[in-house]
Amino acid sequence: MKMAGRPAPGEPGLLLRTGLALLLAAVAAGVGLALFAEPVAPGLAGAVEAELARSGADNPVTAVLLNFRGYDTLLEIAVLTAALVGVWALGPAPRSKETTPSPVLLGMNSVLIPLGALICAYLLWAGTARPGGAFQAGAVLAAVSVLHILAGRRPRMHLPEAPMRWGVVIGLAVFLAVGLGVKGAGRHFLEYPVDLAGGLILFVETAATLSIAVILAGLFIGGRPEDEP
Amino acid sequence: MLEQFAQAPWMLWAIALPLSGALLAFALPRRAAPIGVVTALLTAAAAFGVLLQVALGGARVYRLGGWGAPLGIDLLADGLSVLMLAMTAIVGTAVSIYARVYLVTSPEKVRRFWPLWLFLWAALNALFQSSDVFNLYVTLELLGLSAVALVALTGSGPALWGAMRYLLVSLLGSLAYLLGVALLYHAYGTLDLALLGARAEGGLSLAVPLGAMIAGLLLKTGLFPFHVWLPPAHGSARAPVSALLSGLVVKASFYLLLRLWFTFTPEGQGLPILLGSLGAAAVFWGSIQALRQKRLKLLVAYSTVAQLGYLFIAFPLAGLDPALAWGGSIYLALSHALAKGAMFLAAGSIMTQGGHDEIDELDRVVDRMPLTLAAFALAGISLAGLPPSGGFVGKWMLLQAAMAQGEWFWAAVMIVGGVLTATYVFRVLGFAFTKSPHVHEAHDVPRTMEWTALLLALGAVLLGFVAPWALPLLDGVLP
Amino acid sequence: MSSGLLFALGGLGIVVIGGWALVLRAHLIRKVLAINIMGSGAFLILVGAGSMGGGDVDPVPQAMVITGIVVAISATALALALVLRIANATGKPALPEDRERDLMDEEGM
Repeated sequence: MKMAGRPAPGEPGLLLRTGLALLLAAVAAGVGLALFAEPVAPGLAGAVEAELARSGADNPVTAVLLNFRGYDTLLEIAVLTAALVGVWALGPAPRSKETTPSPVLLGMNSVLIPLGALICAYLLWAGTARPGGAFQAGAVLAAVSVLHILAGRRPRMHLPEAPMRWGVVIGLAVFLAVGLGVKGAGRHFLEYPVDLAGGLILFVETAATLSIAVILAGLFIGGRPEDEP
Repeated sequence: MLEQFAQAPWMLWAIALPLSGALLAFALPRRAAPIGVVTALLTAAAAFGVLLQVALGGARVYRLGGWGAPLGIDLLADGLSVLMLAMTAIVGTAVSIYARVYLVTSPEKVRRFWPLWLFLWAALNALFQSSDVFNLYVTLELLGLSAVALVALTGSGPALWGAMRYLLVSLLGSLAYLLGVALLYHAYGTLDLALLGARAEGGLSLAVPLGAMIAGLLLKTGLFPFHVWLPPAHGSARAPVSALLSGLVVKASFYLLLRLWFTFTPEGQGLPILLGSLGAAAVFWGSIQALRQKRLKLLVAYSTVAQLGYLFIAFPLAGLDPALAWGGSIYLALSHALAKGAMFLAAGSIMTQGGHDEIDELDRVVDRMPLTLAAFALAGISLAGLPPSGGFVGKWMLLQAAMAQGEWFWAAVMIVGGVLTATYVFRVLGFAFTKSPHVHEAHDVPRTMEWTALLLALGAVLLGFVAPWALPLLDGVLP
Repeated sequence: MSSGLLFALGGLGIVVIGGWALVLRAHLIRKVLAINIMGSGAFLILVGAGSMGGGDVDPVPQAMVITGIVVAISATALALALVLRIANATGKPALPEDRERDLMDEEGM
């Protein structure tokens, strides 16, 4: 039972709350006023539209993400990978309690997991022309992987016994390799040749989807799995 | 062959090499350390490649994806960028060699240290060369996450707390920065720094986002009163990590602040005086706290808080002769990186030797590790601003700027700060020469660890001699 | 008032609410939630402000937000893993200065 009126030890006092309230009010006022101000110059929609045909994707967002500003996406995948390395660095994965998974969960999984994989593939493929792409597909695949984990099993890649960490690195590795690979003949990093752009984007997105799914599932696991060094 | 080297995209390699190395070190954990050291040397070489290219040929632009701003993202390497790249390369190489030996006793930590450290280096190199405000946000996040993970690597309770606080503050800072980016794009329709600088006229559309970005970066740099997270994080991390954090990571957000300042050149005296005052407060608060510390690593961490304050004294002094004031501040940043890095590495050696870092129990360290103590002393000379070190050059330039404008207050702050710095450095040295009544364990410290710290400290002192070649690189960068 | 501006102002409100919680709440998961919410608010501002100019839909703010969301997930995941370790190592999911406080405090505004 808290004493009415008197804050407990360590509780933020009235001074802190008032100061914080004033600060937040000032921030709100400032940002709000800036939002009401008229833009000085139009955005980049026109510039994107002009070069869309040469970008290898019909969806302008995918074109921006994977071609025009592909370097941002590369670094962002690096952030995701680094976060996973950081979580693995914290220690072994917390042990989950040994309970028998609910039959409802198992039943749902038998439907949801294949469906999820299918949706993932669709989103990846559709990303070139409609909303979709590597991140959305990877997130769906990660979601069904989490369901799989909740049912008490760990997703394994049934390729020749590939360790999880290879799935983690493949997205960024392929992206870097493609970016460096196109560099011949006076082109810059990530400067796709126009006729190959579509294929390369899809290739990079596929590897990224796999990595994103593995990383997100790994982040859910919350630590280094047992069979990883 | 030489022509190929001269024209190679070293700017790109400085980013791609550490990224690849990080992936490789993560995928092959049993060979993480050799991969790490080799990648470190290659990355340092790439950074010096950029330095040579810019020093001989002027600022360079690299259009990623071939599109060019505003549609694409550009990399820009000018004088300021390459000085930062070189600073990172020097400290990074020293820390890498030190860490190779220091971590030999903890193989599990080794496996995670190298990928995280290489991601951090990639983030730094990407940040120093980026010319796009949103791309800078992503590099800031990569930098912050890697740094937090490295702090948490120690595993102890205080380290975890320090990492958590650091993470929350870092994310808050990035968020404020992102708000600024959102408002800038809304107002000016581009994310490229050069274009933004050209289009921005002033008024609320510029002041609010710039204010948000500066606030976020001040949080990340740890300027008083936003410094609270710094001593626990830097003090509880392993020695090589502390060297990286105090030496390099806080410089990155400071560099970005400078870059924004030079791009948008805000007018008015209010903000510069505020920043200078906070800097002065940092100098006093940090130095006094450093004097009160019982543990060596916390003393060095509070010293960082104080030294960062000096960097901001340039803001109110830049009116009459910008090149002098900004050059002094930047040179102070460079010297601090080397000196503080050396100091933390030396502290790590002392801790390895005695199993503790209590200052008043240093028990004649000078007998057992003269090299390490020399490293500490030399680093202290640069921090206190004694000639002929890099710290002296930076402080001297700032003092000249202050006296030329009759700003006696700032000059007094710097002089008093220098005295305080010397005081806490000599306090440590004093205890290092005295025998302690208690008996302590004695472990062997590998020579490599001692030598890297010493060479880094020598670098800080020799930086003073390099000034005539280094400072002209800043022409054209400063407003 | 265009819908873009409405979203942006909504995002601003979310940022303010998150900021209040971040500073005043003691439980670390609440702090992490607060930062997450502030991030979502910032993304809303990005997209809302970006769509305020009439004409074609601008894909760049949307791409920025996709990138931002992934970055926010990475940060949140690392933060939560840290909170777990802190709770295991020190007994309470709280920073040292907050250990005395009532972590489940519902009343304090």
